[in-house]
Order: sequence, then C-alpha cells, then structure tokens
Amino acid sequence: MEPVAVRIEGVGKRYKIGALHPGYATLREMLGDALAAPFRRLRGDDSKRRETIWALRDVNMEVRRGDLVGVIGHNGAGKSTLLKILSRITRPSAGSVEIRGRVGSLLEVGTGFHPDLTGRENIYLNGAILGMRRAEIRKKFDEIVAFSELEKFVETPVKFYSSGMYVRLAFSVAAHLEPEILIMDEVLAVGDAAFQQKCLDKMRDIRMQGRTIFFVSHDLAAVTRLCKRVVLLEGGRVTAEGRPQEVVNCYLNSSWKAGAERAWGEGADAPGGGVARLRRVRVRDARGETASAFDVREAVHVEVTYDVLEEGHALVPVVELFNEEGTEVFTTHDAGEEWRRRARARGRYTSAVRVPGNLLAEGSLIAQVSVMSHFPSTILHAREANAVAFQMVDEAGGPSARGDYVGPMPGVVRPLLEWTTRAEPTE
Amino acid sequence: MSLKTSETTEGGFAAEAAAPNGPADAALPHVRIKSEDAGVQLNLGDLWAYRELLYFLTWRDVKVRYKQTLMGVAWVVVQPLATMLIFTFVFQRIARLDSGAIPYPLFAYSGLLLWAFFAGAVSAGTNSLISNTSLVTKVYFPRAFIPAAAVGAGLVDLAVGSVLMGGLAVYYGVHVTWGLLLLPVFVALGGVLALAAGMLASALTVKYRDLRHALPFLLQFWMFASPVIYPSGAVPARWRWLLSLNPLAGVLEGFRASLAGLRIDWTLAAVPFFVAPLLLALAFYVFRKLEDTFADVI
Repeated sequence: MEPVAVRIEGVGKRYKIGALHPGYATLREMLGDALAAPFRRLRGDDSKRRETIWALRDVNMEVRRGDLVGVIGHNGAGKSTLLKILSRITRPSAGSVEIRGRVGSLLEVGTGFHPDLTGRENIYLNGAILGMRRAEIRKKFDEIVAFSELEKFVETPVKFYSSGMYVRLAFSVAAHLEPEILIMDEVLAVGDAAFQQKCLDKMRDIRMQGRTIFFVSHDLAAVTRLCKRVVLLEGGRVTAEGRPQEVVNCYLNSSWKAGAERAWGEGADAPGGGVARLRRVRVRDARGETASAFDVREAVHVEVTYDVLEEGHALVPVVELFNEEGTEVFTTHDAGEEWRRRARARGRYTSAVRVPGNLLAEGSLIAQVSVMSHFPSTILHAREANAVAFQMVDEAGGPSARGDYVGPMPGVVRPLLEWTTRAEPTE
Repeated sequence: MSLKTSETTEGGFAAEAAAPNGPADAALPHVRIKSEDAGVQLNLGDLWAYRELLYFLTWRDVKVRYKQTLMGVAWVVVQPLATMLIFTFVFQRIARLDSGAIPYPLFAYSGLLLWAFFAGAVSAGTNSLISNTSLVTKVYFPRAFIPAAAVGAGLVDLAVGSVLMGGLAVYYGVHVTWGLLLLPVFVALGGVLALAAGMLASALTVKYRDLRHALPFLLQFWMFASPVIYPSGAVPARWRWLLSLNPLAGVLEGFRASLAGLRIDWTLAAVPFFVAPLLLALAFYVFRKLEDTFADVI
C-alpha cells in the first residue's frame, strides 16, 4: 500500500457573514465595535457570534501517494474552500491537515502574470510563484515555450497577447510544475480542443509518474475519465466518496431532482393537452414495486399512466432513456399489435415497457416520457423530460457481463454476450 | 502568546531533481496545517525555502516600474535632485540654515535620497498586498515577501541614486575614511525600519482600507520629524531627546556622518541598532497573525 500523502482530519472552515462590507472593515467600525463589545457582553447579547457560516464542516480524508482524487459538488458546496486549505492559502477553523510532499496549486492559470512583462519574463516570474526553482525553470524553459507554441512571441509583453495565447503560456508553465501533490481547480477548461487534449495527456503523464492529484471540476466526463476516486461535497460536508461512477451518480441524483416516481394531480397542470395528459410515471420491478436501484441483470419496468381526454386517436406511449453523460441510450415506442392503429376511447390507461436485464450499463439513467400518435400523422400529445431517474448497479462476482472484473467498465450498454473459446493445446 | 513553528516546511519547496517515482519518504517536506485556534505559526523555515521568490518579486517590481517610461531609471536621480535644489535655495539662500561640516547640497541630497528610499518602500509596501490580491488568494508563499520586495526594489533605486551622491561627495571634496564602511550598515537599518513599517501597514491595510489614505499624511509628518533637510543640531538642545524617539533620525545622522567621514554622534545613531530589530520582530509577528486571514478578507 502506498504511503499517505495527505491526511485531512475534521477540517472545517467558518466564515463571518453579515458584515457591513463584504470583507474588510474601516477603522471607525473597528473602534465602534471595540467600544460596544463590553456592553454587549454585559447584556448577554451574542448576536455577533452567530453571524457565521460553515463553508466546510468535519471533512475527513486520507489520500495515498499516486491517487488522483476528483472533487465534485454544486457551487458553494465548499470545493474551493477545501482546495484553499490544502494549498495553505487559508487556514482551517477546525481540524488539521498533514501533507507529505511538495504541493503545487493551480487555482488559476497565470497567477502573478504581469501584463507589462514579456513572455520570457512571465515564465520565470510565474514559475517562481508556483514554486519552481530558478535553475529548474531555466532547464525547462525551451520545453515550456515549445509546449505553448509561442516561440515567436517570447519577447513580446503579454498585454499584446490574445486571451488564448495568454492562457496557453500560463498553462504551459503550470504543466511543467513537478510537485508531489498537485491541486487543480478547473484549469482544464481553457484553450481550444487541440490544446485541451495536450493538457489531458500531460495530466495522464503526471498521474503515471505516481504523483498525487486533487482535481476539482464541473466536467464530470473528465472526472470519471481521469480520477480513480471521487469525493462529493454538499453543503460543506462529504456526502459521498468512492469510485467515480458511484459518486457521479449521487451527484446527478441530487442535481436532477428526479426520483423513481412522479405523479401529477388530476388538474390541467399535468403535462399534455386536449387529447392526452400524463398522470403518473414510475420505475418498478417485475413484482410491481416502485424501485430506484436495480441490478444490471434485472429487468426494469417504466410505467406510464395517462388520461385520454379526446376519443378517436391511435396513441403510442414512448420512453427514452439517457445516461449520466446525456447520451441517449435508446428510444422505445409501443409497436405491439394490440393497440397499433387503434382509436382509443376516453379513459385512464397505464402502459409499461419492460427493459430486459443485462442490457443497461451501470450508472444513472433518466427517462423522458411522451404520448404520441403516428397514424395518420405524427403528433406529440404529451411529454415530460427528466420524468423519472433510477440507477443500475453492477456488483462483481455475479453472472453479469462483468464476471470477476471489479474495475470500471465503459460503454453505454452492458449486454451479457455469448463467448466461445477454442483450445488448441501445444504438444 | 504562543509561538509555534510546526508548520515549517523542511527542505526545498521545488523539485530539484524529481525522480520519476517520487523521491524517498525521508526527503519529502512534511507540513502540518493546524486550525486557527492553534495560534500563530511563524513558519520561519518557509522564508528560506521560498527565498528565490523574494528575488523574483523584487526583480518584477524594478522591471515593471521602468517599462514604458521615457526616462527610465533617471527618475530615481531627478526626484531627490530637484527637491535638493529647491531646499538648497530655500534653506541656504533664504533661511541661511547651517548644515555643519557638510555642504548643504550634499547634506540635503543624501538625506532626501535616504528618505525617498524609506518613504517609497513604506508606501509601496503598504499598498503591496492589496495590489497583489490575485497572488494572495490563489497561491501560497510567505506573504511577507510582498512588502519585502517593495523594500528590495527601493534598494535598487537607492543604489542608482547613490551614484550622484558619490559625485557630489567628490565635488565637495569630502574625506574618505573607514567610516564609509558603516554607510551600508545604516542603509540596512533604514531598510529594516522600512520593512517593519511596510509589513505592519500592509497587513493592517488588508483589513482597514482607510490606512491607505492616512499614510501620505503620516509620512509627511514623519519626514519633518526627522533630520532630512535640517541637521539634528538645529533642534534646540532641550527638545533633542525627542529625536531619539524616532529611530530614523539616528539612521539619517549616522548615514550622513559616515558618508562625509565625520565623527558619528552615537547618542542618536545607536538607537536604530536596538529599535529596528525589535520593530521588525514585532511587525513580523503581527503580520503572521493577520496573514492567515488575508485570503478571507482581502
């Protein structure tokens, strides 16, 4: 087992809120406060004390050398505060952090860049600010310039650079930083596609070298692709931690705000129009129980209940499933003979589609539900996007497509396919 | 008051020769970040570990100041020179002030040069943290280097301005004595005082912005309270003890005496030797105490 690189114990960060100015005070306020304080204490009024907020609370984490840890969470969940504490920019209000190894933090590209200085001068300055030695920068200088593809502009003040050039130069310096622990905040969201690819390759190199990386991002695809471990922060606390897919699922569940069942009242605010109106959508298992998590080997039923308000239409319920990356897994229409091209009477109908086991891959899925008619012409009568969400779980060891493999399995579907192996023994 | 230095980084801060799989455990710096309740952490080791950054920040301040200027470094000489000419006219021709053994133009220029260094370093230092907000909020390093770089950049200006001072000294035929060796010592004491004042003022300015507005007034007051354009001998004897409360007075007197090869009046000149290190220690302690909140309130 690799040694611990970062140990976070009970870390919390408290901020004062409700001050007259967002951060700083004036001398007059300070003097006023100082004069009022004894009287406040006499009256037992501690209202000043309560004007605080915990941006981070009771965070515990142990990161081993070579881990690539992704930190995800909504805005204001405490991600940046955590990174600031780890990079020693601010001190925690509670708990402690132990770090073994040199820390390089990239909370912003181009920190300390000065517009009046040339590209060359800024490489040295920025490198030093990020924690590189002069000798080290000199050694890597040509490499940095080549990486940025700005050879012609090294002697130009950076204020004459385009914003793309500026960011490229800044990232190139950062990319050549070689600390044991790298802390990154969304810096990948810079540059054009080709440059981004270069940066991702560089990150992979860093990871290959056995360095520890903390990576905060909204880019879930990048987090799942790059990180071995993901931490979900919600309201300043760690609410999930583990394999990227699992934690990303938790994140999406909390952000999609869709559950296994969705019901609308009898009124006209339900999705739909004069012909048909949705009343209820739910995800259920074979026994008819509403459920939000299924084994990948299990069949999933999506059940749609709707009212037909105008008779004479041949209606087709439609279900579309999307995965956590927004990719549409499939669309299914009711093409069965029983109701095909058959005008319906007014009334309440419940249609269900059975998605067989060993088809969907593990992960979160969200369903869009519609009621349409295709005959004589295609009309959309009712639709609800993100109607219900559920989760497919794939545990290793069972007779699923995973077999004994425990690692992440990419792919939109997870079919259990038949394999044949022919043996030809050598003499 | 508990002084803790446990957050100190041991060893260098940048990879000297990063082995592909990371260096051995023992070679890795070990940092323990404690909560705010644990008291002030001085982190003196970090000052050494990040020493190259001090050089780069000073270098940046010097470089930036003279980029896109017409006369560049000449400004360093022009400002005290012009002020010296004005004061020479006023005090010598009109008020007929006696500057003792040193000719008044040299007396005034040397005083103004050292004062310009001190005042420039203090006012640049005071504003240095808030004009480097992105550094303070985005990356860690000993923030004391930001006001320190302002002093460093001032030293470069002082060195340039000293060339004309040397010329004036030769012109007025002052004697070169062993006392000249004390000149850099007094410059260093002035630098320490400027650093202490700059650190203190910059840390307080982060929280209390009005200090910025009070500073020019305070500096002007300080200048007239120091023997910059008048000799300490011009102060009536019964008020002279007041000058010894001002450590800068001793620096100016000692600086000029060692330049002109005169006997140094140690009753004044000894003061900064004791006061400057004490002030620096106090300023550094206060700075470190407030530094932890910089990123939160700046």
